[in-house]
Amino acid sequence: MLEIKNLKTYIDTENGTVKAVDDVSFQIKAGETICIVGESGSGKSVLAHSIMQLNPSPPAFHPEGEILFEGKNLLDVSEKELRRVRGNEISMIFQDPMSSLNPVFRVGDQLIEAIRSHEKVSKKAAKKRALELLTDVGIPDPERRLHDYPHQFSGGMRQRVLIAIALAGRPKVLIADEPTTALDVTIQAQILELMRSIQKKYGTAIILITHDLGVVAQIADRVLVMYSGRIVEKGSVSDIFYRSTMPYTWSLLRSLPRIDSDASNRLIPIQGQPSNLIDRPKGCHFQPRCPFATKACLEIDPSLTERGEGHWAACILSEEEFFNKKQEFEVNAQKGAVK
Amino acid sequence: MLQYTIRRLLSIIPVMLVVSIIVFMIVHLTPGNPAYLILGEDSSAEAVQQLEEQLGLDQPIVVQFFDWVTNVFKGDLGESVYSSEPVLSIILDRIGPTFSVMLISMIFTLVIAIPIAIFVVWKRQTVLDPLFISASLLGASIPEFWFAMLLVLGLGVSIPIFPVAGYIPIAEGFLLWLHHLILPAFVLATVEIGLISRMLRDGMLEAVNQDYTKTARAKGIKESVVLMKHVFANALIPTTTVIGVTIAGLLGGTVIIETIFTIPGIGQLLIDSIHRRDYPVIQGVVLFIAVIYVVINLLVDLLYGLLDPRIRYD
Repeated sequence: MLEIKNLKTYIDTENGTVKAVDDVSFQIKAGETICIVGESGSGKSVLAHSIMQLNPSPPAFHPEGEILFEGKNLLDVSEKELRRVRGNEISMIFQDPMSSLNPVFRVGDQLIEAIRSHEKVSKKAAKKRALELLTDVGIPDPERRLHDYPHQFSGGMRQRVLIAIALAGRPKVLIADEPTTALDVTIQAQILELMRSIQKKYGTAIILITHDLGVVAQIADRVLVMYSGRIVEKGSVSDIFYRSTMPYTWSLLRSLPRIDSDASNRLIPIQGQPSNLIDRPKGCHFQPRCPFATKACLEIDPSLTERGEGHWAACILSEEEFFNKKQEFEVNAQKGAVK
Repeated sequence: MLQYTIRRLLSIIPVMLVVSIIVFMIVHLTPGNPAYLILGEDSSAEAVQQLEEQLGLDQPIVVQFFDWVTNVFKGDLGESVYSSEPVLSIILDRIGPTFSVMLISMIFTLVIAIPIAIFVVWKRQTVLDPLFISASLLGASIPEFWFAMLLVLGLGVSIPIFPVAGYIPIAEGFLLWLHHLILPAFVLATVEIGLISRMLRDGMLEAVNQDYTKTARAKGIKESVVLMKHVFANALIPTTTVIGVTIAGLLGGTVIIETIFTIPGIGQLLIDSIHRRDYPVIQGVVLFIAVIYVVINLLVDLLYGLLDPRIRYD
């Protein structure tokens, strides 16, 4: 339904051109949930904004690529057609619910605006639908809350309102850009649960941007791991969590605590900084931080190769080599812990 | 809200007291003797002394001040030493022209500044923005007296579209009234247009990159609606402060404009009274301007509550 083909999003800055999204391809089907994970600065947010064409342009531009929605390239369509897609076919919710609602308008008016921007309905009908939506997203006493201002809502409730706004046009794809990052853990779980129930009810495809691997494990069908503006590994949740063949994904997982590991296993942070998106390292972009890097990694910039059914990774190491290196690393880490 | 308003109104009293002390001192410490001015150059010393006694000018300055302040609290601003009319009624007679100029120039300001700011923000990626910055700076720094004379020369004398001077009360015809006000009001407005449009542009450019603007765009509404509704409503909050100060500033601007266009308003009254050393009138006018200043500031503060629902007055 939505297919991203070789998308590049570059951003002109004073220091040079930032290659925020560099040759990314993936597709999503109705009712599917795709998670895009990666560190801050890996380009996942810019990718999400690119789909909706919400990156300020200039400075952002697309030197290459296609965003095909039901066969139409969103990079080519008119402003009017794009507006029809936004909020109606593809919707988006953002990271910070505290600042994503306009502080000077009533919540109900902001919701009704979203409804009436795509459907020619009377104010009364729109209000009725707004009430339904607020009920759908689990806001108690919606009749009264419709007249409240955003500052009268808590963070979790605001995110619910934003989800209601996003759902107003009955979209086929919902892009959520770190929707739970700014919320506390119990509220996070509620919001994820809400998104899942909405997906079940309406068959919405969800693209979830996150750096929280716990969220990924809970909700994703497929996972895209981004590093340095590219997808470095993609596959099913179990491919990524149990059969990862890409040192970056492995390092990400290794830096998280696990409930089933014994206490002597230390958490190992990924060394160094995410790669500079203007002046990127030679060869593989992850090579300066990779614990398994060899001389060859300085030369070769690996592309995605298939490692299993629907499981792709970008690394010059074969599955076997990777496995051996991993073993070696674990043994050394154990020794270090014992010392 | 009511409590807040009352508190704010009461706080006017100490402000007024300080203002009146300063005004009184400045007026009385400037050289020049009103009695001498009233009686003319070749008056006798006795006659001057007699008039001074009559006007209370022979009293110590502190006594004069307390007499004046007690009377002001009773609502009596004294009498003009020049025309012997009560100061309050002189001021009230002159309010009409001044407020007319202010009103028309405020309308000019808002009607011109707001669309310009929105348009510039809409075309923010183009050369229009730096051009606008220069133009607004120019507008804000044009000397009023010079620009007034330029307009009089151009649109009053060379191409006589507008009258070069004078004021017609609204009672004698709305169009006639308006016709005489356009030039002075426009001159006053240029500075304010420069300031307010710039403030509005800055506020809007800030709001344009906020998350809620992104939400609005993601809804699929038109960019023009995003700007005129979501962005504008937020930019209006900081701009209101400037508009408040501006209205008060217009009152000061009228002093020059009324003199150039011979409009019989408060400004001209002030200038004339200074020439005549008409102490009670000068004091009364300055006090009156101070009251307007404070009241406008209060209104602006109350307006915030309407523009920004997050603001509470308790």
